[in-house]
Amino acid sequence: MALDSKIPAGPLADKWTTHKGEIPLVSPANKRLMDVIVVGTGLAGSSAAASLAEMGYNVKAVCFQDSPRRAHSIAAQGGINAAKNYQNDGDSVHRLFYDTIKGGDYRSREANVHRLAEVSRNIIDQCVAQGVPFARDYGGMLDNRSFGGVQVSRTFYAKGQTGQQLLLGAYSALNRQIAKGRVKMYARHEMQELVKVDGKARGIIAKNLVTGEFERHSAHAVLLCTGGYGNVFFLSTNAMGSNVTAAWKAHRKGAYVANPCFTQIHPTCIPVSGENQSKLTLMSESLRNDGRIWVPAKKEDAAAIRAGELHPTDLKEEDRDYYLERRYPAFGNLVPRDVASRAAKERCDEGYGVNKTGEAVYLDFAAAIMRFGREESHVKGLTNPSDAEIKALGEKVVEGKYGNLFQMYEKITASNPYKSPMMIYPAVHYTMGGLWVDYNLMTSIPGCFALGEANFSDHGANRLGASALMQGLADGYFVAPYTVGEFLSKDIRTGTIPTDTKEFEDAEMICRDRTDKFMSVNGTKSVDFFHKRLGKIMWNEVGMARNKEGLEQAIKDIQALREEFYSNVRVLGSAKGMNPELDKAGRVADFLELGELMAKDALERNESCGGHFREEYRSEEGEALRDDENFTFVSAWEYTGVPAEAKLHEENLVFDNVELKTRSYK
Amino acid sequence: MDLTLKIWRQAGPEAKGEMKTYPISGVEDDMSFLEMLDFLNEELIEKGVEPVVFDHDCREGICGMCSLFINGEAHGPGRKVTTCQLHMREFSSGDTIYIEPFRAKAFPVIKDLMVDRTSFDRIQRAGGYISVNTSGNTIDANSIPVPKHDADRAFDAATCIGCGACVATCKNSSAMLFVSAKVSQFSLLPQGQPEARDRVLSMVNQMDLEGFGNCTNTGACEVECPKGISLENIARMNRDYLFASLSSNK
Repeated sequence: MALDSKIPAGPLADKWTTHKGEIPLVSPANKRLMDVIVVGTGLAGSSAAASLAEMGYNVKAVCFQDSPRRAHSIAAQGGINAAKNYQNDGDSVHRLFYDTIKGGDYRSREANVHRLAEVSRNIIDQCVAQGVPFARDYGGMLDNRSFGGVQVSRTFYAKGQTGQQLLLGAYSALNRQIAKGRVKMYARHEMQELVKVDGKARGIIAKNLVTGEFERHSAHAVLLCTGGYGNVFFLSTNAMGSNVTAAWKAHRKGAYVANPCFTQIHPTCIPVSGENQSKLTLMSESLRNDGRIWVPAKKEDAAAIRAGELHPTDLKEEDRDYYLERRYPAFGNLVPRDVASRAAKERCDEGYGVNKTGEAVYLDFAAAIMRFGREESHVKGLTNPSDAEIKALGEKVVEGKYGNLFQMYEKITASNPYKSPMMIYPAVHYTMGGLWVDYNLMTSIPGCFALGEANFSDHGANRLGASALMQGLADGYFVAPYTVGEFLSKDIRTGTIPTDTKEFEDAEMICRDRTDKFMSVNGTKSVDFFHKRLGKIMWNEVGMARNKEGLEQAIKDIQALREEFYSNVRVLGSAKGMNPELDKAGRVADFLELGELMAKDALERNESCGGHFREEYRSEEGEALRDDENFTFVSAWEYTGVPAEAKLHEENLVFDNVELKTRSYK
Repeated sequence: MDLTLKIWRQAGPEAKGEMKTYPISGVEDDMSFLEMLDFLNEELIEKGVEPVVFDHDCREGICGMCSLFINGEAHGPGRKVTTCQLHMREFSSGDTIYIEPFRAKAFPVIKDLMVDRTSFDRIQRAGGYISVNTSGNTIDANSIPVPKHDADRAFDAATCIGCGACVATCKNSSAMLFVSAKVSQFSLLPQGQPEARDRVLSMVNQMDLEGFGNCTNTGACEVECPKGISLENIARMNRDYLFASLSSNK
């Protein structure tokens, strides 16, 4: 199938408005006869399910958690961008569009990104109408903060819990429709197969995780709002249950996966403490505004710190290497996420890492505390304050700005960040790649749509802060409700899709066979054992820096690991009833295929861009070298049976409205 | 450290459960409580014993999925933390730790330590929303100023994660703190006013139908709430409920 992105004609700023006006409508009487399945209930899923139900379609919503409110959108901290220009600082739709394209290192679609910037303003209006308690100033107006290196304040927030408040808003809209009987909610259900009839997505096989039974659900369209696949690395900031299964099943049925190697590794996370760690915790990017990042300048000092013989506060200024300030004097500690992450890895790989694992760098507030303290003592009119007094005053200021983060850090690490510098290390946080979709958010399977982090469309090779929430809600509230209607308008004579057909039977049989396979291996190693090993391969070879040899080795290693998994995994208990180990086995099996495709994608993309850094493609100073001549395209992969032999389809990216430039932070 | 774990095991909703004893060694200070359970499960799998089932997801204290009654306290010792934020350094080698599910009539056990909290969802569906369509064509977000103080208090109420610790802790298995948090959020905002009376009546009615008990102002819920939801919300809900009952047209 040829890739047709279906971008509407006309000037960039008019495309969406014109397109919306031209989409055929479905009459209310016909909408009542049409079924839509929404898989996943995060920001994209909840908002889409609520909106489509409001329009009059019969909606079934599915989530694996015990309630739709648990989806991992809830954990987003910082905020949501919108081009409202409430601060009167020169923001506009075009500026948000431009920042997003540039931040994505020119690997996203102009038309999609512009639409995102346009509808961003509606999101804020909608959420406030729903009662989302955004932060306000003393005049009662909405407050904003700046984020991620842009030059305007366009981020709306609700303390450090913006994702929670937005998700609960979407959850309330969903609840309203469930109460009306317009949405049927299937919690603790997991999609395990996509059902195609005559080439179109017409339903799913869902497993009831409580009873272990497989259920057939038919629909005229299926929306996958199932989030990202960062858990392929085992350790990430994702929730434990976040998985790629629904998306991967669609991929196996013909949906292309686009740019799977574009992974965002966030620079400021709490480092891994030991082998038994199950997940990583993000510390907000805002800390880099005042913290200084460093490692010891001498290897012997680093070794002594690792051995616990030396304390970081004992090191003199000249024995510290503030490597970001040294390498990037113009931006210093505020370089973008991908650059900051790579620089930390480089130092640790060279043997300068701190922490007992050698994989951590310092984020130090000592200088900021003294600076704030001196300011405060001026304000208070203190004459000749002692260093201790200045420090105490400064700590108060830092507590006011970052108190909750410092407390969270201390809770997890048992170390006081006011007294001793924080230790941080990059961690997998978000995946820009995902199911390939056209302008209408439809995958390469007619009738199968992908929304939110599950699709690839808006963030290119690197996502800007506070843009994930924006995209999830834009797709769910304001894009899919129109574009899904276009597809359904051709289906008004189809009638209810029966589930007693061969297509459903075959799909259910695949699920049963897979379950039997996991239950009958009777091997010696747990599912986590394999997941952790996959994570190590991914982190070492398909992580922050990649090279040809490593990627080729990773493909072989993953293939071998997959074989071992199917011959030696141990899943205890019964397939009937609740069995989380069995469910985990299914998810890890899919990660074991996805990982290989990610390595393949990274191997074929012979350039460095955004979160994808190939060691062979860098400047003399070690900076990323993009190759616009040969790689200004989206890699969309078609499943052929073995991930490493997936077939590549290229969608060329055309930039009519922005000029491609090299990002420099020196 | 070496520990003795006493864990509630129950094969299914209808099965009879019991406390079982599992000695465990090699637990590290830096492990979270749930990582300690992962560690135990790895050992159990190796021995061919079915692993312990428990709910968990985000492991950063925000999704509300983890639960557990640890040594007689919802989310264990420590204040304003969920079980996933509890670390083993809070315990000492040689300790015996009792781990049970959240117990309430409205939270039936599914398996081992996992309970069914869909009663909470049904209460939210009874009125925990503002009836506005998602058209995006609402009025501009800044057209209704909200005093900062009200917005902040609405936010504080809205931070409830719906974990159910309040119910598990309450001697009456009352869900008043949970319900009042949502009622208060909307009651404090201008957007919530048009439906305020119906909302509080409907949500309280559903709460009663689900089999949650009444509030006797003990205040244990507030103490054990991982998000510090204030008892003040219950007072506000009682006032709203009384007002709605006396003035409703229904």
